Amino acid sequence: MEERIAMMRDDPAVDLTVDGSGVGGLLASVFGGEMTATPGQCAHCNTVSIVGTMRAYTRGPGVVLRCPACAEVVIRIVETPTATIVDVRGVSYLRIERAAGR
Amino acid sequence: MPLDWQLATVTAVRNETPTVRSFTLRLPGWAGHRPGQHVDLRLTAEDGYSVERSYSIASEPERTGEVDITVERIPGGEVSPFLHEAVVPGDRLEVRGPIGGYFVWEAALGGPLLLVAGGSGVVPLMAMARHRAKAGSHVPARLLFSSRGPDEIIYRAELDRLAAAGDGFAVAHTLTRQQPPGWTGYARRIDEQMLTEVVEPLGAAIRAYACGPTALVETVANGLVRLGLPADRIRTERFGPTGT
Ligand SMILES: [Zn+2]
Repeated sequence: MEERIAMMRDDPAVDLTVDGSGVGGLLASVFGGEMTATPGQCAHCNTVSIVGTMRAYTRGPGVVLRCPACAEVVIRIVETPTATIVDVRGVSYLRIERAAGR
Repeated sequence: MPLDWQLATVTAVRNETPTVRSFTLRLPGWAGHRPGQHVDLRLTAEDGYSVERSYSIASEPERTGEVDITVERIPGGEVSPFLHEAVVPGDRLEVRGPIGGYFVWEAALGGPLLLVAGGSGVVPLMAMARHRAKAGSHVPARLLFSSRGPDEIIYRAELDRLAAAGDGFAVAHTLTRQQPPGWTGYARRIDEQMLTEVVEPLGAAIRAYACGPTALVETVANGLVRLGLPADRIRTERFGPTGT
């Protein structure tokens, strides 16, 4: 199967982008639990939206989440070989419920 | 609750339409999921290059130890053509999940339930419909499903069976590009008039889930708000180009 995986790199484009729900796995690994139902306030326009409905841009290096109201960057996550860099300048808060298991 | 990668074995591959395929993934350590949740798939080459993609789970949680995903082949894509052309039963894939807590419906949440899908956006809604049937729920439910043509209706036979069960589940199809002779369903893109007609038998206090291309989901969400549904009763999941 490895040879078949190697073939994939010849593809010029990547699969289509998604909303915040589509990067829930990365968010869970960064924040330590389920995040897509979490409300967050945009620091640019003060709109509170659910992380799962933010716009996710996955084509560049890392993942960028943008506010669905004003389209400014709210969260940026870049994974390097040795670290995960999380830039949350664009959110004034995230309200993370303490659910079982977190 | 750490979200660890686990090794899944592909046990079945099935064509749904000419461009859409379902894969059954056996997961011995699977803790179960809720209808609407996702899994992440990770493919890693020998030299360490890896790609991850998120796919909605199509199967109901009543089926344990395995999940189905349904994948549309996106031309020029990095992962979906690989899944379509190269993955066969017996292959192993890295999977983590379940993921997501927002776009989720369970029978205990009640209804009436409106599901609106565009193309492969039907996948998480199918998990909800299958769960509703398996759980013995009689919550009134309607699926409005937009496909391009008759050959592109995903899960068509199963949806017919679910609608024929007489337990309160109905399906309204719209075919936007091509209709077979004698077609009696809708034949245009989803609009507010269509939403009004489909919602009407369900009454006012519905829960709505819409999944599909960005434009379709925004039409549905805005239309339902104009019909008087509170925004917090509408859950959406979009895919397709953003930022344009
Ligand atoms: Zn904003």
